[in-house]
Amino acid sequence: MITADAPALPTGAPQLPREHFLNVEYGVKSWLLTTDHKRIALMFLVAVTLFFFLGGAAAALFRLELLTPPGDLVSDHTYNKLFSIHGVTMVWFFLIPSIPAVLGNFLVPMMIGARDLAFPRLNLSSFYLFVIGGLFTLVVMFTGGLDTGWTFYTPYSSMFANTYVIAAVTGIFIAGFSSIFTGLNFIVTIHKMRAPGLTWFRLPLFIWAIYATSVILVLATPVLAITLTLVGVERIFHVGIFDPAIGGDPLLFQHLFWFYSHPAVYIMVLPSMGVVSEVITCFSRKRIFGYHFIAFSSLAIAVIGFLVWGHHMFVSGQSIYAGMVFSMLSFAVAIPSAVKVFNWTATLYKGSVSFETPMLYSLGFIGLFTIGGLTGLFLATLGIDVHVHDTYFVIAHFHYIMVGGAVMGYMSGIHFWWPKMTGRMYPDGWGRLAALIIFIGFNLTFFPQFILGYLGMPRRYHSYPPEFQVLNVMSTAGASILAVGYLLPLVYMLWSLRYGRIAGPNPWRAKGLEWETTSPPPTDNFEKIPTVTEGAYAYPERKETAHG
Amino acid sequence: MTSSTIVPVRVYAAVYGALMVLLLATCAADFLSLGVFNVVISLTIAVAKALLVILFFMHVRYKEHLLWVYVVAGFFWLAILIGLSLGDVLTRVH
Amino acid sequence: MAERSDYLAHQFVDPIQQEQSSTLGMWVFLATEVLFFGGLFAAYTVYRFQFPEVFQHASHHLSVLLGTINTGVLLTSSLTMALAIHSAQTGHRRQLMAFLIITMVLGIGFMVVKGCEYHKDYVEHLVPGHSFAFDARYMPQAQMFFVLYFLMTGLHAVHVTVGIGVIGVFLILSLKGRFTPEYHTPLEIGGLYWHFVDIVWIFLYPLLYLVGHHR
Repeated sequence: MITADAPALPTGAPQLPREHFLNVEYGVKSWLLTTDHKRIALMFLVAVTLFFFLGGAAAALFRLELLTPPGDLVSDHTYNKLFSIHGVTMVWFFLIPSIPAVLGNFLVPMMIGARDLAFPRLNLSSFYLFVIGGLFTLVVMFTGGLDTGWTFYTPYSSMFANTYVIAAVTGIFIAGFSSIFTGLNFIVTIHKMRAPGLTWFRLPLFIWAIYATSVILVLATPVLAITLTLVGVERIFHVGIFDPAIGGDPLLFQHLFWFYSHPAVYIMVLPSMGVVSEVITCFSRKRIFGYHFIAFSSLAIAVIGFLVWGHHMFVSGQSIYAGMVFSMLSFAVAIPSAVKVFNWTATLYKGSVSFETPMLYSLGFIGLFTIGGLTGLFLATLGIDVHVHDTYFVIAHFHYIMVGGAVMGYMSGIHFWWPKMTGRMYPDGWGRLAALIIFIGFNLTFFPQFILGYLGMPRRYHSYPPEFQVLNVMSTAGASILAVGYLLPLVYMLWSLRYGRIAGPNPWRAKGLEWETTSPPPTDNFEKIPTVTEGAYAYPERKETAHG
Repeated sequence: MTSSTIVPVRVYAAVYGALMVLLLATCAADFLSLGVFNVVISLTIAVAKALLVILFFMHVRYKEHLLWVYVVAGFFWLAILIGLSLGDVLTRVH
Repeated sequence: MAERSDYLAHQFVDPIQQEQSSTLGMWVFLATEVLFFGGLFAAYTVYRFQFPEVFQHASHHLSVLLGTINTGVLLTSSLTMALAIHSAQTGHRRQLMAFLIITMVLGIGFMVVKGCEYHKDYVEHLVPGHSFAFDARYMPQAQMFFVLYFLMTGLHAVHVTVGIGVIGVFLILSLKGRFTPEYHTPLEIGGLYWHFVDIVWIFLYPLLYLVGHHR
């Protein structure tokens, strides 16, 4: 993709550029009032990492409780608060923003050859909305909590809960607008600000994934916003649209809630799929197999994902005919995901594969997402769901997708683009070790939960029959391994900022406009906006690995 | 230099006239007793008014076609929400 | 290289890209607003299908006259907003300001009429809650109609208020001469927002006021 007048790559050991976006200006104000998409991305990185560990801490506590059958570590009320805050924090303050607000913000303008997003100040307000929403959530966390589950089902949430529901929904509402503005910014940027010659079908697949995610962000999140508002209104005025006493239907809440929350899971996983497309090609040194299929499958997931929400309501009292329709549509949504898995596998075939840290995470994604996706089909089957709904089978399923899938994709992306963002390399040996520990810890945590669910252990219960103890102990043991795995990157990434090897513009020898500028990049990204003359992933035919 | 077309005032006036006529029509229709068609008529008139505002006052008729996608998207997705929810509510066997 | 105009933001290559981006951005935002209001429209639809006669009788208690007047007021305000932009496009600053003022006055007029209606509803015990009282034949669901009525018109009124504020800001900017035939993008996208608020009311009006007034 380089034109004749691109800057010559330096010879000899890589040097940090003299001026780049990190050192162009110092001081708190230059960060807090920045409109540079790259600085905003890093601020989001700090924020979402904080929420990841807080949500993880909540999980640590309830996994400790679940070591023994009786509810003996915390009370049942406290247990309810722990899983509720775990869900709220992880879904809205980690998973949803993770890739879009960190990697998307940093990379979208760079990958399309633009100097910033379409609306930089909107981007900054997106960050502040996230922080304010997060503050509400922190207050809830530390002053008495929330016990409705992250799903806020009525009439419990609207009429009977004695916890800080209004503060929680306010925080989520505000963070929701952060999401909406991010998605809006990406849509306009990708439509309008591509470099000369960069047609839609020359775009990196990460951009297609972010675009599809942004469509979901802008169309689904407003429905969540109004729905949570209505719960809050009902709590304040003691009358509302979900109130059965005046003819209200609790299922209406569920329809409105899941209309957002099912597409939300695609917000969480689509960007990870985009990362995987980027990483797999780089570390196989091959063009992606089936570019158009992967691009269109992202859009298909975004659209079909809006048609399946009733599969969360099979046993809620929803009409059986609606259940059948939602079940069939849920089978349909698996197809584009499977298309991607086939295409990634075909990309690996006869590729020159190497196993650097980002590649380990992406390969892990493919395997674990496949398990998560297949078990999703089990759940989409009405007859099976009747038995495993609200059991640990469901929990295992979505953690395979969310953690084994989305978080692995996030880790892959962070490790792939870290040198671009910081100019430094982390020690790859430690990276691979952490990836392995995470993979082992993850499977030990969640695979037993499939069995537990199948055997009938309900979710959201703080005590359980003794025959389930062995599997629970395995799960908690796995969780402690997983915790170690996640803490390691925190250590070595921070270490790399000071002591890491200087990366140079393109340490992975990857294809993509973001690799054709310095690491870290200058504030306005490119010395001269490039003109694009070839498609994505134009890796040379001859065999070479990412390190030569 | 912007890319906006300057819409002549007489077009705006004609659209406004049409909107007023539609407003009167919807009021008048309300006095007729047509069963379920009352809501069909009133919503059709509402859609017509909305289209006039969108096409002419909001200049969509004079702008790039990409905008149409997002004009329609909101309403189309709302139709999915309402449609499938109704699909549940109306087929429950009580 | 041509000199960049001072209204061209640094991330954009040329004014046309900026203007098209701003317009697209506002339409994406309006799509989100459709879905934001849409949740309430979905609730309305579900409940109207479930108890249609209750909705009919409850709707009788709203003033069709006031609702129709308000619809006319907002439609007119859309016209004056469009004419304001036309004035900016053709460089008539005083005309621009006049039309902005008229649009604001119409918006305020809408709010005044709405306020009168709300007061009337309060006096007639139609505000949901402890003081709600209605014909026993249509209870308890009649209260649901009024919950929806207040939520939908209330949310709409919040949007009208924001719109009035935005137009006020435009008035001040026009006074300072910030809008020219070359650059008046904020007016156009603010105008889009105002028209959208009008369109929401275009749908609220028949759904709330015209539910079976057959005489």
